[in-house]
Amino acid sequence: MNRHLLSMHDLTPGDVTRILDTADSLREVGTRVIKKVPALRGRTVVNLFYENSTRTRISFEIAAKRLSADVINFATGGSSVSKGESLKDTALTLQAMGADAIVIRHPSSGSPRQLTTWVHGHVLNAGDGTHEHPTQALLDLYTMRERLGRLDGLRVAIVGDVLHSRVARSLSFGLVKMGAEVTLVGPPTLVPPDVPAWGVEVSFDIEGVLPKLDVCYLLRVQTERQRLEYYPSIREYTRLFGLSSRRVDLLPPEALVMHPGPMNRGVEIDSDVADLPRSVIEDQVTNGIAVRMALLYLLLGASAEGDADA
Amino acid sequence: MDEAEIGRALTRIAHEILERSDDAEGLSLVGIADRGDHLAARLAREIERIAGTTPPVGVLDITFYRDDIGMRTEAPEVHETRIGFDLSRRTVVLVDDVLYTGRTIRAAMDAVMDLGRPRAIRLAVLVDRGHRELPIRADFVGKNVPTSDDDQVRVMVRELDGRDGVLVERAEPAMVEGS
Repeated sequence: MNRHLLSMHDLTPGDVTRILDTADSLREVGTRVIKKVPALRGRTVVNLFYENSTRTRISFEIAAKRLSADVINFATGGSSVSKGESLKDTALTLQAMGADAIVIRHPSSGSPRQLTTWVHGHVLNAGDGTHEHPTQALLDLYTMRERLGRLDGLRVAIVGDVLHSRVARSLSFGLVKMGAEVTLVGPPTLVPPDVPAWGVEVSFDIEGVLPKLDVCYLLRVQTERQRLEYYPSIREYTRLFGLSSRRVDLLPPEALVMHPGPMNRGVEIDSDVADLPRSVIEDQVTNGIAVRMALLYLLLGASAEGDADA
Repeated sequence: MDEAEIGRALTRIAHEILERSDDAEGLSLVGIADRGDHLAARLAREIERIAGTTPPVGVLDITFYRDDIGMRTEAPEVHETRIGFDLSRRTVVLVDDVLYTGRTIRAAMDAVMDLGRPRAIRLAVLVDRGHRELPIRADFVGKNVPTSDDDQVRVMVRELDGRDGVLVERAEPAMVEGS
């Protein structure tokens, strides 16, 4: 495996399988009375978040702590960043303090890759701009594999604002890599122009797609980023693309409903639909911890120096 | 060691475990993945045949307790830990294929302690090849095999490898069966 996790393109199908298998073994730790193993004792993981994200940050924090790593949370509000420190200087400072891994979320696409040119430690992308969010994609793949028993040949629709969604990009790349068939569904204005290179289908008709799916993956309507040139109103979006109680019945009986959270109930998903047994949104959150533990273990548990004997 | 010798060794160890335990009810076996777990299951069947009660059997993965994480180019492969019973107040017999430096057993004892507070921990191994680096010894040994530090000892179990056997691959000359 690569020493950083920046993009789903960094991973081979074999790497993905290894990460998911390792997460399978690590999930057991979360069921113990003492939810902790000493694997990463003495290592320091820094959460460097330039955007708010409660769930991803907490998920990484719990994952690192269950592996006995020390965790430093560096929120940029109220820090040296608000005094104008550059990303480079912040990174070099963290490195000087002995960070073994930096988990970064940043509004600018590509900043995690930039970070790798400045620090020696491992860099994990926890979401960069509209580029990628690979750990979300991996926990989604894990959840699909766990529930449906395979990834190869799964038919998955990703519905919503694909253009601005790093989740949609990472998940599409991951699913295609593992042999799934992906259909992107959304308003034509929100389908990115480079989609032909992704190896996916595109549809503007959710009701035509639903009956053929194993997984219906809903993206969050980013109301805080929404600009009206993309579609006339939230209400119209819900009417055309929301997963209503009526539409959800078009799915085959075994099909799953997934969402990366946080949900806008009543916008992209009906409140009743979110609470159906087929909606595995809480599983996604739980699995996120095991998958992030697996990534931290596989990245930090290897050494660049070479093999020492057991 | 061939299949028959391994079978006899496991039968003898099962007898010894029963002799040593005053309380067969509180006995449990925990095999260390990924050969020890199969040996533990076989010991449990032997114990059932002899004593009529089957001790609970668990599988322990010690990867996260290793002392060499971060010293290898790849993180060691992880297996699943499955222990479906409470270890507290039980006698836990750890089962592994080869006892060598003792580092695996050190890790296994730490792992067991994190899962509960057993009344006692004992150690059963199929092969003791010497070269300890820690003050650890086995309570039950299938066979003592003198080796040089550079030799490779390979235990095969039919559940994983299709056949039973212990091979000592000598560092310099050819392979010697059984030693």
